[in-house]
Amino acid sequence: MLIGKVVGSVVATRKDEKLEGRKLLVVQVHNHENKPTEQYVVAADSVQAGIGDMVLYATGSSARQTHATENRPVDAVVMAVVDSWDLGGANVYEKWSGR
Amino acid sequence: MFLADVVGTVVSPVQIRALDGRKLLIVRPVKPDGTPTAKTRIAVDTVQAGVGDRVLVLDEGNGGRQILGDPKAPVKTLVVGVVDYVEGAQGLAYDARARSSRP
Amino acid sequence: MYLARVTGRLVATHKYEGLEGVPLQLIQPLDEHGNAMGAQLVACAAVSSGPGDLVHFVDGREAALACPKSFVPVDAAIIGFVEQAVANGVRLGGSR
Repeated sequence: MLIGKVVGSVVATRKDEKLEGRKLLVVQVHNHENKPTEQYVVAADSVQAGIGDMVLYATGSSARQTHATENRPVDAVVMAVVDSWDLGGANVYEKWSGR
Repeated sequence: MFLADVVGTVVSPVQIRALDGRKLLIVRPVKPDGTPTAKTRIAVDTVQAGVGDRVLVLDEGNGGRQILGDPKAPVKTLVVGVVDYVEGAQGLAYDARARSSRP
Repeated sequence: MYLARVTGRLVATHKYEGLEGVPLQLIQPLDEHGNAMGAQLVACAAVSSGPGDLVHFVDGREAALACPKSFVPVDAAIIGFVEQAVANGVRLGGSR
């Protein structure tokens, strides 16, 4: 899984019918040091994440292993909202500190 | 499946049940001439391969689980063959029999 | 399946159902020389491990099979703790 920040959502009226009713989020990928990268993905939501949340997303066929995405044309899914992480014992991100 | 060189071994005393008693090898994907092509990975040995062998690696879960006979095994990379030789348009691209000794 | 070094821990209370209690860890994939190979990622820990440990992990759909519940959106899972790895005659350290 990779870490990213939800920076937007996608609305598409004309799309595959199996995508109807699915919330699609624009996620900017962050690296392990919480630096934003130039990489963006559009991921389906399975955990009610919102704009501004740091999230984890899974890709590939794993992304279809949720009730929201099973048998649907989806290759990325937001599967967790990140509270915090540390690297070698040093805190990098803490949700409540607003960093 | 792809060709790879076995470059090392892994000793893992604590691991998931499905891998108990299985030998793990470090394999480097290569072209027939031996140039590395992709990321080095770890594969479960099923054919008694060893360091220095050029092997055939399966990197696909369904096939891998069929070989292991365990439909729930979280395993996807397996060494499924030891290569004797690879024939190219210009003759033999690789020949295990030409190797003098195992490194 | 790849070699990796555990570099950190990640906490997410709100995650997909069925992943409660599954530890998440940051890992750095390694090549046969023990050098970093690609970007760090987050993996579920199916075997216990901590920062500094040498491990091996599986990617793709197979990763979910290593979790207690297998219908979960997981694309990387640590499936073994490595005591010793030897490549090209050089020993890659275990825990650090």
